[in-house]
Amino acid sequence: MSETTNSKTQKEPLFSKKNQKLLSNPLNKDNPITVQVLGICSVLAITVQMKTSLVMAISVVAVMGSANLIISLLRKGIPPRIRIIVQLTVIAALVILVDQILKAFVYDVSRQLSVFVGLIITNCIIMGRLEAFALNNKPWPSFLDGIGNAAGYAWVLLAVGFFRELLGSGTLFGYQMIPNVFYEFGYENNGFMILPPMALITVGVIIWVHRSRERDLVDIS
Amino acid sequence: MQELINIFVKSVFIDNMVFAYFLGMCSYLAVSRTVNTSVGLGAAVIFVLGITVPLNYLLENFVLGRGALSWLGPQFAGVDLSFLTFIMFIATIAAMVQLVEMIIEKASPTLHSSLGIFLPLIAVNCAILGGSLFMQERNFANLAEATSFGLGSGTGFFLAIVGIAAIREKIRYSNVPAPLRGLGITFILTGLMGIAFMSFMGIEL
Repeated sequence: MSETTNSKTQKEPLFSKKNQKLLSNPLNKDNPITVQVLGICSVLAITVQMKTSLVMAISVVAVMGSANLIISLLRKGIPPRIRIIVQLTVIAALVILVDQILKAFVYDVSRQLSVFVGLIITNCIIMGRLEAFALNNKPWPSFLDGIGNAAGYAWVLLAVGFFRELLGSGTLFGYQMIPNVFYEFGYENNGFMILPPMALITVGVIIWVHRSRERDLVDIS
Repeated sequence: MQELINIFVKSVFIDNMVFAYFLGMCSYLAVSRTVNTSVGLGAAVIFVLGITVPLNYLLENFVLGRGALSWLGPQFAGVDLSFLTFIMFIATIAAMVQLVEMIIEKASPTLHSSLGIFLPLIAVNCAILGGSLFMQERNFANLAEATSFGLGSGTGFFLAIVGIAAIREKIRYSNVPAPLRGLGITFILTGLMGIAFMSFMGIEL
């Protein structure tokens, strides 16, 4: 890693225009969820609360950055025929690490996430970026690409979690947000937001808002 | 026997992979443009789930779980390999998918040409790994129950993807607001279908 960053600094600055693009593009124009349609499963399943969303987001950022880095370092030694198995093994090893860490430090969140930590392995964002980017790029840009895409994933995750927890239970991170006065005047939490189908509709609305701001993303077909 | 049917019906309707757990959404969204391709993918998913869930059940009970290795001899009774679960499950799935593809290619070229492109995709379909992980979480009593769960989950996915593909073929003729076209409206439709499937929730089996 240190060797590659040194050789990079000689040729171009660590945060050149191109590298900044790698980080910022996935946040908006090339968002993995709303534009590339990758990694939807977990966005929907674990966004009932902000806390689980945050833990999931951090796990994905960690797994994705390191997976991209490792695969990019190995890219010259992987025979193309068995690359999928190699990628899955690397990802699975990283996910096992994350899973053990979660179980050790935040056990209750780990229970709530249940099988979805394991499902980071088959989260198509990770496989997709490994295939599309890390296999034919240098380690440092691949690392940035991984972090950028995971961050793009994370903000959608947190946005969905924010609306679902605020409207569904009136709390954020478990703290009450809607003042009691509201409840006295007859305001009620929308219990529907906690149920699975509303996650889909929330994401649909986020895509709607995103695409009406970025006109060139509109699907013409 | 009744127990098996119960598990099957439950995993098709109540614990539907797509609507209750959102597993396999990536391929669900990507391959649901026409009914024909979605039937192909759905069939492939039923097939692969029906094979990998029982296999992983055996793996879980005779290799990975706490004390599962005791059939090798008393000194292995305390071994707990459950931290290897993810890597073993995904390896089984990837290997099985490869094997199934080879067998189908030899045995029935017509089936292969219709399923062909979907099979490699399935290795990274979260519904498959999810099926195995849910199987592990639910502690089924025997192999038949696990198989029934696998087939049921696959059928649930099949129903969901064929349903949404049929709706998407029709909705092409409707006047959807431009920014909502394509992905956005598919999400909202899936949400509405999910609400419909929630009506199965109260059923006790």
